Amino acid sequence: MAEPKPVDKLNYEEAFSELEAIVASLESGDQPLEKATAVFTRGQALVKRCAELLEKAELKVRQLTGEEVKDFEAPE
Amino acid sequence: MKYMPSVISTVDIPLQCEYSVTMQPALFDASPRYTVTDLTRRLRLLLESTADLQGVWVEGELSNFSRPSSGHVYFTLKDSSAQLRCVMWRNDAARLKFTPADGMLVEAHGGISLYEASGQYQLYADLLRPLGEGALFAEFLRLKALLEAEGLFDPRRKRPIPELPRRIGIVTSPTGAALRDMLNTLRRRYPLAEVILAPTPVQGEEAPPAIVAALRTLSLSAAPDVILLARGGGSMEDLWAFNDERVVRAVAESTAPVITGVGHETDFTLVDFAADLRAPTPTAAAELATPLTLADLQSGLMQMEQSLVGEMQAGFQRRRETLGWLEARLRLVSPRRRLQSERQRLDDITRRLNATQAHGLALAAARLNGLESRLLALSPLAVLQRGYAVVTRKADDRIVSEVSLARPGDDLSVRVRDGEFGARVSGE
Repeated sequence: MAEPKPVDKLNYEEAFSELEAIVASLESGDQPLEKATAVFTRGQALVKRCAELLEKAELKVRQLTGEEVKDFEAPE
Repeated sequence: MKYMPSVISTVDIPLQCEYSVTMQPALFDASPRYTVTDLTRRLRLLLESTADLQGVWVEGELSNFSRPSSGHVYFTLKDSSAQLRCVMWRNDAARLKFTPADGMLVEAHGGISLYEASGQYQLYADLLRPLGEGALFAEFLRLKALLEAEGLFDPRRKRPIPELPRRIGIVTSPTGAALRDMLNTLRRRYPLAEVILAPTPVQGEEAPPAIVAALRTLSLSAAPDVILLARGGGSMEDLWAFNDERVVRAVAESTAPVITGVGHETDFTLVDFAADLRAPTPTAAAELATPLTLADLQSGLMQMEQSLVGEMQAGFQRRRETLGWLEARLRLVSPRRRLQSERQRLDDITRRLNATQAHGLALAAARLNGLESRLLALSPLAVLQRGYAVVTRKADDRIVSEVSLARPGDDLSVRVRDGEFGARVSGE
């Protein structure tokens, strides 16, 4: 995790698994306070990101046309 | 009601009565006598106890098909020279896998009995299917055995279904109710996913190769995490594409795990055996593809947030405890504490020293006093107190202790009790 991705570029799975890792690292409690605080702050941002993603989640439906993937319009 | 000589001939007691030529019965004949009800019941029991009229298949053309609100189904089977009334009770009718229509060639399974109220004998059908499905079923069993022997249905081949699928492939008809049901289910349960539809016909000659192509293209172009292969309910013939060997093999070879949802609960097709997971319906397939729902994720996230805050607080608490402990240890080894104890030692020593000194001084003083008085006693000056004098020569301070030391003209010093005075030796 040398250069962590900006939180708002993460998808749900990425954000949640990083959050899990952060909680685990805080659990082990062997990092310097400054680092722990920074990690905690990122954890809070990840929680916010996940909640937002869940909030606005809208099923995307696309359709294969030949080899191409295009938007799908559901027949009424 | 039609006359049925063949049936009646099988019973022991002849039902046929003897009639006179004039159609008048003999006055005292021994012919059995029945009420209509008794006779009808007797006929019903007769039919129902005739083994080869129960559990029979009857083929014919469907006519007068009706399904009133009771849910029971009534129809007539006919061929070129006869008709058979049939009834199917609601429970059996609910399992019909096709939409029967007059004129269809069908086969019905059931037993012959008699409806007493109308005196109508009829087939009580428990199964009705298009003619030819029996042959399809035999083919189904043959192919199933073949593919099973090849290991295509081996449980060890089954792959796990991902918990959080990012991309869900759907292979089905773009216009069917199955697609609508699946999309509704996915939208409700797990709108985080992206759905890629690979549209394909799901029925008819062209369906099997089209389904195979849809599965392949989907894997190549979209790399889905899981694939739903689905179709709504239909007759065995309607679902036949899902028993096609090519389709079954394509499902078994799929790179992504496949969940099938073909037909209804009671329908089993060969793709179900080859799939990684079989769902009873398209809706159920969409449910199985999303083991965790939005609500699960939300509560999981809430828990994770609590853990995050909890761990941070626990971290602070741990640090506070460590700090307190270190502080206590530090106090134990602190120089200030040593200083205090050294200071105390010094006080002790000083006190002891002072005590010692005082004692020594007193002792010394006493000794000094003793010495002084002894000294005083020995002092020659003490003799002066008693009137003696000490005479010294001024020239060399020698005490003149014999006459020879005093020569005429010598200046002498005479010390008496309270002082000195000078003297000179006379010439005599």
